[in-house]
Amino acid sequence: MRTLPLGLQVPGDTVWHRLPTGRKLLGLVLLGVGVVALQGPWLPLLALAVALAVALHAGVPARSLVLGVRPLLVLLAVVAALQTWQRGWPVAVEVVATTLTLVVLATTFTATTPTDDLLDAVVRAAGVLRPLGVDPQRVALTFSLAISSIPVVATLFTQTREAAKARGLERSPRATLTPFAVRTVAHAHAVGDALAARGLGDPD
Amino acid sequence: MATIELDDVTVTAPTADGEVVLLRDVTAHLTERRVAVVGANGSGKSTLARLVNGLVGAASGSVRVDGLDVATDGPAVRRRVGFVFTQPAAQLVMPTVLEDVALSLRRHVKDKRERETRARAVLADIGLADRADTSVHALSGGQQQLLAIAGVLACEPTVVVADEPTTLLDLRNARAVQERLLSMDQQLLLVTHDLDLARRCDRALVVEDGHVTCDDDPERAVAHYVESTLS
Ligand SMILES: Nc1ncnc2c1ncn2[C@@H]1O[C@H](COP(=O)(O)OP(=O)(O)OP(=O)(O)O)[C@@H](O)[C@H]1O
Ligand SMILES: [Mg+2]
Repeated sequence: MRTLPLGLQVPGDTVWHRLPTGRKLLGLVLLGVGVVALQGPWLPLLALAVALAVALHAGVPARSLVLGVRPLLVLLAVVAALQTWQRGWPVAVEVVATTLTLVVLATTFTATTPTDDLLDAVVRAAGVLRPLGVDPQRVALTFSLAISSIPVVATLFTQTREAAKARGLERSPRATLTPFAVRTVAHAHAVGDALAARGLGDPD
Repeated sequence: MATIELDDVTVTAPTADGEVVLLRDVTAHLTERRVAVVGANGSGKSTLARLVNGLVGAASGSVRVDGLDVATDGPAVRRRVGFVFTQPAAQLVMPTVLEDVALSLRRHVKDKRERETRARAVLADIGLADRADTSVHALSGGQQQLLAIAGVLACEPTVVVADEPTTLLDLRNARAVQERLLSMDQQLLLVTHDLDLARRCDRALVVEDGHVTCDDDPERAVAHYVESTLS
């Protein structure tokens, strides 16, 4: 079974670890918006270099960064080719560098932030929406589920593809995608049951 | 000891043309500490287990835990009833071992330090103290199942329902999980295909084709199950 080291913290005591989680999350969002707004090939490349420097300074292993980026590579290659053809290479560089910067920043954030702290920050942030009937604990739980389901879904995909291969069906998208979709939904059901059984969906 | 009371419970499920009966007229008052449920594949064991915390609703009849009706007091019942599933992976929702146990404590323990201390104690108790900071995906199946049990016990239930918790485990891990479950203070409702394990309980129900056909001392119940299956 192949698993991704997503959502895992890198222990450490760098300035990135010590930043209060709420401010770090806000910073991540603002930085993300800022990075997306950058124009031309050079500024996004500079942003990527800075993001990489921050990641390495925070002690994020290069391997985690590579694993975080790898699932996107094919997509990025396609986007880059399309953009080069339609709008020229500077735009292609801009898009690719921006995306990679966001992934690196997000990876650094999760690596330096205990999930429990993240949940607390989300609970506090979502507390603003309480008058609208939003349950902050539930928002936080949704958040952590989204994070933790990534490696599980990746594993399901690998297993389904291997099962199709074992039956000589690796060329058939139906033999992979249909059972993958079914198993993903089944997994979601099982997780829902497990959460309900732990009383996590019930009102306080 | 907690009590689980099933009275005239019938469970149905909708199908394309009408509905099927999954369990019919089940009545059992369970007060023993360890109750086993055995029966063939598809006989209705999981359905019976899932009734106890409201994952499955009864079409008629009533299900009560410590006097609380599952239909009307669902959340209160779920606070009392912990549930261990066959597939450990689906039960673990946080990235690391410690955090997964801490998640169970979130609703009772607001202080983060206190939560961590209590979670560590639960892990030590179940023998996973040295894995506290590892990824839940890096645990073996047996360790994942032990962790799932830790997550359940952290909620301090009075009843633990376990649906084939050892089916996917090797001998050693199955042993560890079994001993943990059998030695708990909580009442245990254990669905299993392992007849030796069923014999170690204090009472056993045999489910056949949606009916409880035997409700007895485990030796006799298991003998009944074996006989009715092989005859
Ligand atoms: N939602 C549903 N709709 C229709 N039929 C169902 C549904 N859930 C369960 N069943 C059927 O009800 C019967 C009992 O299912 P249940 O899962 O309780 O069996 P089980 O005794 O736990 O079997 P196993 O030993 O294989 O786990 C099976 O025939 C199953 O196909
Ligand atoms: Mg079953």
